[in-house]
Amino acid sequence: MAQLDEAPSVAEEVQGAVSTTTTADYLRVSIARIRGGETGVLPVIAGLLLVSILFQSLNGNFLSAGNLVNLLVQAAVFSILAMGQVFALLLGEIDLSIGFVAGLSAVIMAERVEPSVGWPWWLAILAALAVCAVIGALQGSLITRLGLPSFVVTLAGLLFWQGVMLVILGSGGSILIQDQTINDISSGNLSRAAGWIVMLVIVAVFAVYTWRGDARRREAGLTAPPAVLTLAKILLSLAGGVALVLICNANRGILRPVYGVPWVVLLVFAVLAVWTFVLSRTRFGRYIYAIGGNAEAARRAGISLARIRTLAFVLTSFTAGVAGVVYASRLRSISTAIDGGTLVLYAVAAAVIGGTSLFGGRGQAMHGVLGGIVIAAIDNGMGLLGFSAASKYMVTAAVLIVAVTIDAVARRNRPALR
Amino acid sequence: MTAVRPPPPDKDRCGTWKREDTTDQVSPSAEGSAASAAVKDASEPLLRLRGISKSFGPVRAITDVDLDVPAGEVTALAGDNGAGKSVLIKCIAGIHAPTSGEMWWEGERVHIHSPRDAAALGIETVYQDLALCDNLDIVENMFLGRERTHRISLDEDSMEHSALDTLKSLAVTTVRSIRQPVASLSGGQRQSVAIAKAVLWNSKLVIMDEPTAALGVAQTEMVLELVRRLADRGVAVLIVSHNMNDVFQVADRIAVLHLGKLAAIRPTSELDRQIVVDLMTTGTSTRIAQPRPDRE
Repeated sequence: MAQLDEAPSVAEEVQGAVSTTTTADYLRVSIARIRGGETGVLPVIAGLLLVSILFQSLNGNFLSAGNLVNLLVQAAVFSILAMGQVFALLLGEIDLSIGFVAGLSAVIMAERVEPSVGWPWWLAILAALAVCAVIGALQGSLITRLGLPSFVVTLAGLLFWQGVMLVILGSGGSILIQDQTINDISSGNLSRAAGWIVMLVIVAVFAVYTWRGDARRREAGLTAPPAVLTLAKILLSLAGGVALVLICNANRGILRPVYGVPWVVLLVFAVLAVWTFVLSRTRFGRYIYAIGGNAEAARRAGISLARIRTLAFVLTSFTAGVAGVVYASRLRSISTAIDGGTLVLYAVAAAVIGGTSLFGGRGQAMHGVLGGIVIAAIDNGMGLLGFSAASKYMVTAAVLIVAVTIDAVARRNRPALR
Repeated sequence: MTAVRPPPPDKDRCGTWKREDTTDQVSPSAEGSAASAAVKDASEPLLRLRGISKSFGPVRAITDVDLDVPAGEVTALAGDNGAGKSVLIKCIAGIHAPTSGEMWWEGERVHIHSPRDAAALGIETVYQDLALCDNLDIVENMFLGRERTHRISLDEDSMEHSALDTLKSLAVTTVRSIRQPVASLSGGQRQSVAIAKAVLWNSKLVIMDEPTAALGVAQTEMVLELVRRLADRGVAVLIVSHNMNDVFQVADRIAVLHLGKLAAIRPTSELDRQIVVDLMTTGTSTRIAQPRPDRE
């Protein structure tokens, strides 16, 4: 374009401004942003540290390798469900059905791999996920085409899909999963070497991608963090990866040696990576934020609200389906005991604790993961301390309120309230 | 395209035709319009409305409006509340379909059914509420709905470049960072972003609905200068405003709507404040013998 031909001159001028931006300046701007209410994931990470210190001081086993890995596996269902919920919340909507959609997914998968049916594991999972996507499309269409409130439609979904699940489960009330691959999703581990290799490959890809992107932007005179910060980001992710693999590779078995990165951790990372890419690097993701921020502006920009919204609900249900597979895999069975109602509320709580706004337009897949870990940590830590389920609920509720309060207080400093 | 259109013969206020600006706007379709350049002589306005009416059920919002919007000039649309200003610009912007009447764009009959049709012609609208997403940054807002992509992922670098470029060319330099959320901008800055968004697409007609309504004095000045700069670049500007000061400061021609009918349209130099107020409130002015149809 003709506009681009002029770019060098513009870039030069801007670079003049950028070259004066030192690391300290960049940090100062970032701190100003945080104080301005764009707190990002900081509160939840602080909360996580606080919870860890508290439980560790009360019970020395909390931060043991075995318990941490256990915690991550526990968190997987919440995290994945919450990542699904983030799509709905970003639109300023809510999906109450995902708990039982996850349940239905688990039941369909379990039923399909029963020896009497005999589908291969991957086909069973695909079938379950496909059904979930169709459910999402159905609910999404009702919400967007007929203009029904998502709260009501998905509340109906919560009841209806529970009913369907009970019908499929039949009088037996539970299905045992005998397929080894499916059970390994939650209880299988990578070998120690494989864990290292996978971690290094992921970090290397991330490093190259981040470094090249930031360097290119710096060269072009566009907004970019200074090289030191890019490097710090990469080193931090490497440190995180090393720590994770070290913890997972420690022997956590009691009767026989158990070690390695659980498959399910990798699965959560995969879902996180894909959804983060979709939300931050594609048109579809950008449109979700736009609709959540100002639906009218999005409509005037020529964005098809109905299509984007419906697709978001499809992704919400689809992700719930993945969570259902993980749930069943962890229990090695699925029964009428699954409490989809509590699951969905935990998913909403996890997303909000992670930093996603209930009013739409603000949130990331990462928030779901972190929030899920917080909820699992409370559950796990209080379990270690011998508290009852009743007190777990109450503490989780308190954390939820604290998270929303932090968000609300941070918002007060924000220039434009919405 | 604007680049091949000959400069309007007698431009009273913006006679200095900036060459460097027009070369900016050469696009691949310039050849096509070169062929049709013979058809449109200099007197052909960019947009010509003939007998436009719009009814909502039994309510006639606008009746039989004839309006020409020439390139390189600021045409102001004045009128009291309920005179039909908003309906008229929404008809042009493709939000409402006119009940009857004809629209001609660069000498060709067009039907604008949706904002996308309007955008395809080169018509951009800056709404009073600006239609910006507070949670998105400046670049994201400017490219909303028309993001550049590299395979499936967004091409942020190229978009940021163009956005920077456009803001520079409009001399919008007060924003601290182009990557800050729009929520953190002042009213005038938001207005500037909305206008820059409209300009980004090499649009030929920019419609603005009350661009200065919520602004302070300094910011109003900034936005009006921006409007003037747009027209000087050869863009046609249609501006809706209540504010007589603004209208007289920035407009080349003023069209007055009264109860859905076009009361008058004439060069700003032939009008004064009192006449416009008369026209807005009564539809006629004793100080005008007869409303002359505008012809450049």
